[in-house]
Amino acid sequence: MARFEKFANPTQFLRLQGFLQPWVTAITIILFVVGLYLSLFVAPADYQQKETVRIMFVHVPAAWAGLMVYTVMALSSAVAIIFRHPLADVAAKSAAPIGLAFTFLSLVTGALWGKPMWGTYWVWDARLTSMFVLFLLYLGYMAIWQAIEDPHRAARISSIVALVGFINVPIIKFSVDWWNTLHQPASVFKMNGPAISPSILIPLLVMGAAYSFLFLALHLLALKTEVNARKLRQMQLAEAGKV
Amino acid sequence: MKPVIAILKRDLLLAWRQGGGVGTAIGFFLTVMVLLPLGIGPDLGLLQKIAPGGLWIALLLSVLLSADRIYQIDYDDGSLEQMTLGPVPLELVAGAKAMAHWLSSGLPLAIAAPFLGFLLNLDTKLILPLLGAMVLGSIGLSLLASLGAAVTVGLRKGGLLVSLLVLPLYVPVLIFGISASAAGQAGPDISGSSFIILLAVTLVIVVVTPIASGAALRTFMR
Repeated sequence: MARFEKFANPTQFLRLQGFLQPWVTAITIILFVVGLYLSLFVAPADYQQKETVRIMFVHVPAAWAGLMVYTVMALSSAVAIIFRHPLADVAAKSAAPIGLAFTFLSLVTGALWGKPMWGTYWVWDARLTSMFVLFLLYLGYMAIWQAIEDPHRAARISSIVALVGFINVPIIKFSVDWWNTLHQPASVFKMNGPAISPSILIPLLVMGAAYSFLFLALHLLALKTEVNARKLRQMQLAEAGKV
Repeated sequence: MKPVIAILKRDLLLAWRQGGGVGTAIGFFLTVMVLLPLGIGPDLGLLQKIAPGGLWIALLLSVLLSADRIYQIDYDDGSLEQMTLGPVPLELVAGAKAMAHWLSSGLPLAIAAPFLGFLLNLDTKLILPLLGAMVLGSIGLSLLASLGAAVTVGLRKGGLLVSLLVLPLYVPVLIFGISASAAGQAGPDISGSSFIILLAVTLVIVVVTPIASGAALRTFMR
């Protein structure tokens, strides 16, 4: 708990961020170089889908990342509400645009893959629909941050919105699955091991790690920006107070 | 419990006497019923097919649009502040006000909607299942709309924002509501189990939304 509170101090956090940032960025770049090489050159082309199967290596990790970021956002919001940890709502706020981008990427790459495979850019299939709803949840969360001027109030209200959304994500997922299923069922995370061959699985996992580190790198940067923006605001307010 | 009932009574009375509540919502509902065939075309067979979906969408929108009144007026004239100072926790206040909204808008709309289905050539066999599913589903719709109203209560322009926040949360209610009301088409098994899941979804909403609304109201009242 003591360590946890230590990072409530923005200066401490900025020091940690300054130390971590170059490392995380370097790991991200290495993972992407390796992952893209594996998935674009090493992994075999599918006998049915030909080269289009390679879109999957960009598409699937983006969808994972989109969900992961929402989880990070909801957990940070819970910490912000329960412990009033000052950096937690900054963390939730700065995660949202990144998660939105990942979700958008997964929708777009999915559409690009769907055109040659399913013959149409968009079908109202369960997974597409629930990712789309996730995209809307991100938009709503960011909109409420924008709409409330007072930052403390905005932080609390958006935390509530994020948590209610988080409770709803599995319910929405379940209901949409019930509604319509055309997408291939989950093939990586299964009880009796993955159902896909290692030649595809390994590049996929490397890309998954690359996306996770990309999120970490971007999130650290976004946190720093947000902390600095708040400092700036404080300074401007103090300056205005003098006059 | 007495103050909670007092709040409920007060809100119902206000909804009744102020006017412009249920009547306007049903008017809105009718307008959507007119616009839908104009947009889609007058083909009766097609309209019959989309009738349950059209009715549900119209119900979602009318419940949502009638919800901004739940807190706004009380926030503006200061009664919400009095309720914050009062003995009842804000979570219960939120629950009572959402309940009043359901009784004064959601329920009448849900009862009226299936009978307005004749405008869309609704299969008469579907009226009863649709009625049951809509009455149950509108509880969740009212509560979620009241949550949307609670998180935007202090804002000047909440309207579109509320829609963006609340409509994605309507997805489960819509899906199971539709599935439960399609009794004639999908067979009694499917509609029975969807009805039970709709009930479960509603119960989750009943538990979660008053707590969230209460927390949101407390933030705005600080």
